[in-house]
Amino acid sequence: MSKLMTIHLKVWRQASATAEGRFADYTVPNVNPHMSFLEMLDVLNENLTLSGEDPVEFDHDCREGICGSCGIMINGQAHGPNARTATCQLHMRDYSDGDTIVIEPWRAKAFPVIRDLVVDRAPFDRIMSAGGYVSVNSGAAPDANAIPVPKNSVDEAFDYAACIGCGACVAACPNSSASLFTGAKVSHLALLPQGSPERKERVTAMVTQMAEEGFGDCSNHAECEAVCPKGISITAIALMRREYVKAAFGRQ
Amino acid sequence: MADKRVDLKSFSGSQVGKKILTGITGLGLTLFVLMHMVGNLSFFSPDEQAYNAYAHKLMSLGPLLWAVEIGLLAFVLVHIVLGVRIYLGKRAARPVDYQTYRTVGGASKQSVASRTMIWTGVILGVFLVFHILSFKYGPGVDDGYVTTLNGEEVRDLRRLMVEKFQEPLYAFGYPIVMLLLGFHLRHGIWSALQSLGAVKPAWSPVIYSVAAVIGALIAIGFLVLPLWIFFGGGA
Repeated sequence: MSKLMTIHLKVWRQASATAEGRFADYTVPNVNPHMSFLEMLDVLNENLTLSGEDPVEFDHDCREGICGSCGIMINGQAHGPNARTATCQLHMRDYSDGDTIVIEPWRAKAFPVIRDLVVDRAPFDRIMSAGGYVSVNSGAAPDANAIPVPKNSVDEAFDYAACIGCGACVAACPNSSASLFTGAKVSHLALLPQGSPERKERVTAMVTQMAEEGFGDCSNHAECEAVCPKGISITAIALMRREYVKAAFGRQ
Repeated sequence: MADKRVDLKSFSGSQVGKKILTGITGLGLTLFVLMHMVGNLSFFSPDEQAYNAYAHKLMSLGPLLWAVEIGLLAFVLVHIVLGVRIYLGKRAARPVDYQTYRTVGGASKQSVASRTMIWTGVILGVFLVFHILSFKYGPGVDDGYVTTLNGEEVRDLRRLMVEKFQEPLYAFGYPIVMLLLGFHLRHGIWSALQSLGAVKPAWSPVIYSVAAVIGALIAIGFLVLPLWIFFGGGA
């Protein structure tokens, strides 16, 4: 049995989108180092409920790093200090007895706080609706080998398709830019033959939507790549720029 | 999908266009400061008149010089306007800031240089005006700064420089600004090349290192001269 820890938290509490927010101090005793970070918050919430306080609201679903629901700023780092992990994959063994941890929601004008640590990520959905799809006739699925695709294109497209839309890239970006998210979606489809027919309209519409949602400009800090739970490379952003320039100046 | 064609106006206002134009103008200005630095180093030539000869040669280019100057001015203005717009956009994109924020390191290229681009840029812009007034529009032939070059009377820019850099404000102010230029270029060259299409993941670390080397070389190439003169060289 590992030694139990006492963890101090400074958590952002905000009752609603329009309410004034503030930091609240909590202490969670008896934290097992094998707990995930979210399980530690579950324990906090049980304690809060028992004492009659509202539990801290946070997004979560699969708790195995593939759904993209969870995501909080932990001591100023999106998804915490470890590389290629979502918040649900962070464990309390990364902390020591008596540590104080600051927990904040993603901060961006485009991601307004709904309550406590929950933000509205609908702008990502609208960027997707603008062009992050392939228009096909929905009939019987074609044979998987009917369209040959080079292996390296498949691999690269798959790397970009790994984006789970968690929003850490925006949260960690000093400019609150959504370029890595949009770049990953654009690049994923641009690398595949299925995505090619609509590539120009797609990149133009998605880049336009990204700006309209109020995300900032990219300044190539590359912080997004470092915090991305899927390790998506900023090469996605370079590919998006190339797609955009081709759409603007290439042969129509 | 809606068929939205991109014209030049919407391109330059788009997030992609702003980055590409900032990159192109930035690289153009980098090329200029690199040439300016190499020109300055002619001061160290054993030929005492090498620097004045270089300056005179530039001034006698006539219309070609004006064309380059107008081009440089346009690049500077576009670069400033876009830089300020990107900065204001960034401020607007995060109205409530984090109480605690830190980089996670790893693949991140975030640094003091990358986070201070707007401020190093503003200082360089102010410096540029001051610098042009001090030297380009500083005392010339009519004020007695004359030397003879191949039998021709030309401006003695070398003397002006030696005099200016004997004043502590110039001798130490210039190197400080040149260090800031080095920081600006450290992130700027990397960012420009990344914006202009590092479409293979393996290229990014190479570009990042090259940017650091060029930034450092340009800063050092500029700042040795004022210090050299202040501490007695070239007198």
